[in-house]
Order: sequence, then C-alpha cells, then structure tokens
Amino acid sequence: MYAQMIKSTGEGVKSRDEMSPEEAAFQEKVDADIKIEPRDWMPEGYRKTLIRQIGQHAHSEIVGQLPEGNWITRAPTLERKMILLAKVQDEAGHGLYLYSAAETLGVTRDELTEALLTGKMKYSSIFNYPTLNWADIGAVGWLVDGAAIMNQVPLQRTSYGPYSRAMIRICKEESFHQRQGYDIMMKMAQGTPEQKKMAQDALNRYWYPSLMMFGPSDAESVHSAQSMAWKIKVNTNDELRQKFVDQTVPQAEYLGLTVPDENLKWNEEKGGHDFSEPDWTEFFDVLKGNGPCNTDRLNARVKAWEDGEWVRDGLLAHAEKKAARKVAAE
Amino acid sequence: MKHEWPLWEIFIRGQHGMSHRHVGSLHAPDAEMAVKNARDVYTRRNEGVSIWVVEARHITATVPGEKGPMFEPSESKVYRHPTFFDIPDEVGHM
Amino acid sequence: MAEVDKTQLAQFLLRMGDNTLILGHRVSEWCGHSPVLEEDIALANTALDLLGQTSLWLGYAAEVRGTGETADDVAFLRDAWDFRNLLLVELPNGDFGRTMMRQFLFDAFHSVLLGRLLQSSDQTVREIAEKASKEVAYHVERSADTVVGLGDGTEESHARMQAALDYLWPYVGEMFASDETDRALAAAGVAPDPANLRDDFDALIGKVLAEATLHIPDSDFAHKGGRTGAMHTEHLGHILCQMQWLQRVYPNANW
Repeated sequence: MYAQMIKSTGEGVKSRDEMSPEEAAFQEKVDADIKIEPRDWMPEGYRKTLIRQIGQHAHSEIVGQLPEGNWITRAPTLERKMILLAKVQDEAGHGLYLYSAAETLGVTRDELTEALLTGKMKYSSIFNYPTLNWADIGAVGWLVDGAAIMNQVPLQRTSYGPYSRAMIRICKEESFHQRQGYDIMMKMAQGTPEQKKMAQDALNRYWYPSLMMFGPSDAESVHSAQSMAWKIKVNTNDELRQKFVDQTVPQAEYLGLTVPDENLKWNEEKGGHDFSEPDWTEFFDVLKGNGPCNTDRLNARVKAWEDGEWVRDGLLAHAEKKAARKVAAE
Repeated sequence: MKHEWPLWEIFIRGQHGMSHRHVGSLHAPDAEMAVKNARDVYTRRNEGVSIWVVEARHITATVPGEKGPMFEPSESKVYRHPTFFDIPDEVGHM
Repeated sequence: MAEVDKTQLAQFLLRMGDNTLILGHRVSEWCGHSPVLEEDIALANTALDLLGQTSLWLGYAAEVRGTGETADDVAFLRDAWDFRNLLLVELPNGDFGRTMMRQFLFDAFHSVLLGRLLQSSDQTVREIAEKASKEVAYHVERSADTVVGLGDGTEESHARMQAALDYLWPYVGEMFASDETDRALAAAGVAPDPANLRDDFDALIGKVLAEATLHIPDSDFAHKGGRTGAMHTEHLGHILCQMQWLQRVYPNANW
C-alpha cells in the first residue's frame, strides 16, 4: 500500500490487565469509534506509528508525482494533458493534506521531508517502477490508484481524527483518478494494434508491482495486530490483495487484455480467484533501494528541495521584512 | 537560513451560504500568500466563495481533559431542542 | 468597421493559442519539482488555465481556417515554422526565479491584452477573453507577489531575480511589435494594436519591479520572429519533439 511494512511498537497488543488506566481509557475510546484528536492523550507507540504511517503515505504521494509527471509534456491530446496535470496536481494536494495530518502529531513537514531525502523514511515500492509507454499512465490510474483506493476507503474510518479527515478528502478527490486511468486503457485496448500492444505491455509490467503494494502476508504480524487494535489499519494485506484481484480480473477481461498469470483462475469454493504471489525477493530489493527507479526518484526530490531552498528563504525573508515595516509604521 | 514557513489553518465558506468551515492547513510565508495558497490548494474543485486564514499558533482551543465540564452540562438542557415540546397534530406544522 | 480577412484572423488566433500552449507546456514541466508543495499546486493551476485557453483559441483558429481540423490537430501537427508564439514563452524554465519572472512579464502583457479583447468586435474572441481574463487577473496577482517577494527577499534571491530580468528583458519588446496583421485586426475592431498596450504594461511592471527593488535594464533591444514565424529559438523544436511525439509516431490513432 502507500504505507507498507509499518512497524508499530513491536510489543504486541497489550491485554487490559497490562494497560495503564490511561491506556485502557484510550483503547476504550478507540473501540467505541470515538476519534482521537491531536491534544488527546495517546500512547507514545500510537503517535510514533501514526507519524511513520501518515508520513510514508504522504511521501508516496509526492514521489508518486514523478512517474506520471514523466508523461505530462508528452500527453497525446490537449485534454489528456490537462487531465493528467490535474491528476498529478491532486497527488501533490494529497501529500499536503497528509503532511498536515502528521504535523498535528508534533512533527514538522521539514523534518518529514528531511527523513525522506536521507532515506530514513520510505515511500511505496510501486513508484520505483518506470512509466515507459502512454498506456502506463492508464495502468497507473487503473491498477495503482485502484489498489490505493482499496486501502484508503476503509481508512476513512481510522481512529485518528486528522488522518481520517484527510482520507475522506483524498477519497473524494481520488475517485476520478482510477476512472481516468481505465478510460485511457479502454481507448488503448480498442485502438490500433500498436495501442493494444502498449496496453498489454503496461498491464504485464504493472500487474505484480500492484499486487506488491499491499505488502507481504501479515496475518501473523504483531505490528499489524497492534495497528488493527488501534484502528489505524483496518484489513489484512491478504484480504485487500484478494479483493483487488477479484475486482480487477473482470475489468481486464472487459478490456480484452490478459493478466500475466498462468495460475489465475476462479475458485468457486472460496468465492475468489486463485493467483500467483508476486516475487517477494524483488519487493524487498526495491524497498532496499534497488528498484529500477529508486535512485532517480530520490535524486529528483533532493534536487527539487535543494534548488528550492533560496526560494523558500527569499519569500520568508520578504514576509519578515514586510511585517517589520508594518510594525515600524504603526 | 533554515526555518519553515508558518502553518496556517484554512476556513472556507462554500456556495450555499453556510458558515466558514475548517478545511485543512498549509504553509505560507505570510497571510496574503496563505490566502492565495488556500485558493490554489483548497478550491481546486470550486469548493468556495470566501477564504479565511489564521496562523495556527494564534488559535486557542479547549483542553481535551476538560471535555466533561465544558460540554456535558448542555446535554441535560433538552428543553433547548424543538423536539422537547409536543404540539398536537391538529395545530399543523410548527 | 473594416471586414477582417480570415487568414489574418487565423494568424491572430494562432498567436494567442500558441502563446498559451507553449507557456502552459513550460509551466507544466515544474509539476513535481517545485520548491514547495504549495507552489507546485499553484503552478499546475496556472498551466491548467493556460492549456484550457489553448483549446479555445486553437479550436477557434481551426474553425476559421475551415480545413476541418481540431484544436489538437493544430497543436500537435504543425511544425516549428508554423508556430506563432512569442519567443519569451519558449525559453527554458531556468531556475524558479526565471520561471516566475517570465510568468510575470507574460501575465502583465496578457492581462492588458485580454482586457482590451473584452471589447472585441468578434463575439467568439470576446467570449474567450471573458473567461481567460478572470484567470489571468489571478495569474498576474500571484506572479507579481512572487516577483516582489523574491526581489525584496534575501541577497541571493534578489540577485537571481535581477539576473532573470536581465536575461528576459530582450524578449519583452516582441510583445508590442505590430505588423500588418495587427493593424488590420485593429481596424476591424477584433484586437488592439499591440503597440498601444505598451504604456499600460510599462506602468504595471514599473510599479511591481520597483517594489521588488529590481532594476529594469536600459536597453531597448528586442529579439523578434516568434509571432511572425520568421525566427524561433532552438528551444521550440525540442518542445515539439516531446509534445507531438505520440501523435507523429502513431498517426490517426485515437487517444
């Protein structure tokens, strides 16, 4: 997902007896679906885990601008160019909302940015894959946003108020992203033989990385159990992955495209598809920095940040001068 | 220089005459730029007709621990709500 | 009022649409790379406005040319010599300061021009100007603020903004260089003679650049050729390479 492999405190879920009165009161509120707000008491582990999760989600939005931004200047029509630009702009907005939510937990946006640029914090593995043909823009909207939405919709009910409100806003805006992606795929799949080839090529390359977005199986993970008890994670990774596959396979069929998995078949008994696991070795390689685009992505962010320093400083210096002149005049 | 632009809280009044509502936050060097940034960030989908910005540090808020004394006393004042009063159907809508 | 020649009207519409197309392209290059998220989002809004205006201008240009083309055909299937944009808008972005200075100089010109086009004798031109002038009124306000903020910011930001102004200044004169087409359109009441916009432009930028503590270069020298098509910079060809690539490699595909 946009937030993958988030480690909670790692101690496992405490029983009621092990909890302090404050912790017990906190857990009761969470259980009763009462939102936790910034100035409420919260366990330190909850706060830290949330900063990691929201921060990683925000970083994913910002780095996620790059693979799609790669095609803005090459979009094939004026309308496609505007739609794509508006969409990539939305990603920046979503990053901004999420950074703001994280800031209510006592961390600044600059600190989070620093952590991204020094590699201390991660972003979703998916954005380390390249966009190589125009259909990739369709596939990213259809598959990547589709997978993201699957995770984000339940997170609208997450226990932390500012996070939940950010997710509500994001989900509202995100609804056009997946549809515009599928719209591109339809045009390509029904287009010339070359266009259809692009569409199939995009699906071939984005299928498994999309499945990886949900992260490895976490049914046994203590981190996940704690996050679920805190309601900052709602479903297990496997549940979401299954749901995604079941939703996506008929959409691929409609397009006349082939999902690149020979083992894919409907399993009547479980009421879902059987499918091949992605290559988890590749996933961990990408997380370690060895994906096809990790270096380029991070360099692009570092460059934007460093090149922008004089701008941020200049505008702030002017604001301070202006304020000082106003005081002097009064 | 290494310091961040201040944080601003953004309030927007929508099309339908409702009050300004908190929609989120952003960073800006000063109030004027905060208004402009709010226009660009929070009204991309035609959400508003008026924007207020307040620097986050100037907001005074209730203390969460005092939720009881602050808000519970009003729970018992049911007579403030119209449904407290039974009006016979014959009287019509009121 | 004089009847306007279709070729000359089309030329004017291409000048309008090519300016917004090429500048929109340049501004969109910032998406994902700006100094701060808020600026990234604001620049994307500007680019979106400009591209939206492009559809209208080039759509009308296609209609006037009467060749059955669409706005996309006009944008994606002409070669460099057929482009009629100002040289200013095809210049590379440079640093953020140069981008914002270019934006401000163009916005100032654009806002004065669109203000006059609200009175155009051509109804479609008037309607496009009505929509565009509202968008551009905001563009110029925002770019002026940024130019002032950076000009009167730190020593470094001031120096960069002065360098940007010095670099861009020779491309300002072209905005006001009028030719036969302009005079014919002015006679027909379709569009103002650009030469007559200079005073309003000078007043606007004079005020803003003074507040920005920036010095307007003394030179009157002006590079020319973009709006007549006689001469472009080498940069335009590279923009078209990117912009038109898919349409050129896969002709007649539906996207």
